[in-house]
Amino acid sequence: MIGIEHYVVVSSILFVLGVLGIFLNRKNIIVILMAIELILLAVNINLVAFSAFLGDLTGQIFAMFVLTVAAGEAAVGLAILVIYFRSRGTIAVDDANRMKG
Amino acid sequence: MIHVFAFYLFAVLTIASGAITILARNPVHSVLWLILAFFNAAGLMVLVGAEFIAMLLVIVYVGAVAVLFLFVVMMLDIDFAELRAGFVKNFPLGMLVALVLLAEIVLGIGAYRAGALDLGTPDGMAAAAPGVSNIAAIGALLYGRYLFLFEASGLVLLVAMIGAIVLTHRQRGDTRGQIISKQNARRPDEATINMKPEVGKGMTL
Repeated sequence: MIGIEHYVVVSSILFVLGVLGIFLNRKNIIVILMAIELILLAVNINLVAFSAFLGDLTGQIFAMFVLTVAAGEAAVGLAILVIYFRSRGTIAVDDANRMKG
Repeated sequence: MIHVFAFYLFAVLTIASGAITILARNPVHSVLWLILAFFNAAGLMVLVGAEFIAMLLVIVYVGAVAVLFLFVVMMLDIDFAELRAGFVKNFPLGMLVALVLLAEIVLGIGAYRAGALDLGTPDGMAAAAPGVSNIAAIGALLYGRYLFLFEASGLVLLVAMIGAIVLTHRQRGDTRGQIISKQNARRPDEATINMKPEVGKGMTL
């Protein structure tokens, strides 16, 4: 039967994939934002699975708050990306050193 | 039996599409695979009985966030091949970090299974009452015990919306906007003229 461990394994593999995505696509900030979404998805799967298996709905409420913050983060991140592209003409983040002191 | 089959189907598809999301060459393909990952994660959540969060995931992520990503990817004219330059160079280090992280998490799960970790037991305050649907139980909890947190998350969304608008709004120089003071200061005698042209003749203004 499917237990909590199965869900935790799935979500941890997804989390590690998100971290790997940040490492592999160091220049492409769009894919970095998508990798962050994958990480948050892994966290949500974990929260919902524990909520269901422990019989406590607080985890699902918290997953909703994570979803809210993720949506806001994606909106603001993409807005910053758009104005960065407007002023620089590229989105390569490793030469984003304009604010270096 | 069908439950086990559905779990493995959703789990394998979630992980596979997550992997293709970070490995795809074209970011548009990445977004589409991300959408598939979200759908399958929603399936996983339905399997444990959290229908409301699953539907929310599909509506919010697939309906809003993924479309936002698609818009931005297609709006910006970017040479994506150039952005992939460090991919091979970063691969060994990234794999190493990922494997170490995965090993640590699996060790943690092993400790949990062996009983070394005590997660505590829920106090029963937020337990779903028997016979109540998932959405009704979540609604009772969200509009009762977590009402202020719910309002605060609304504020987070408001700030994100205002921030995104303020950041991307730009004043165009070539548009002719309304100047209200000039409009109010205008009088009829300077705006209109009264002329009596002769019959059969034109007039110049």
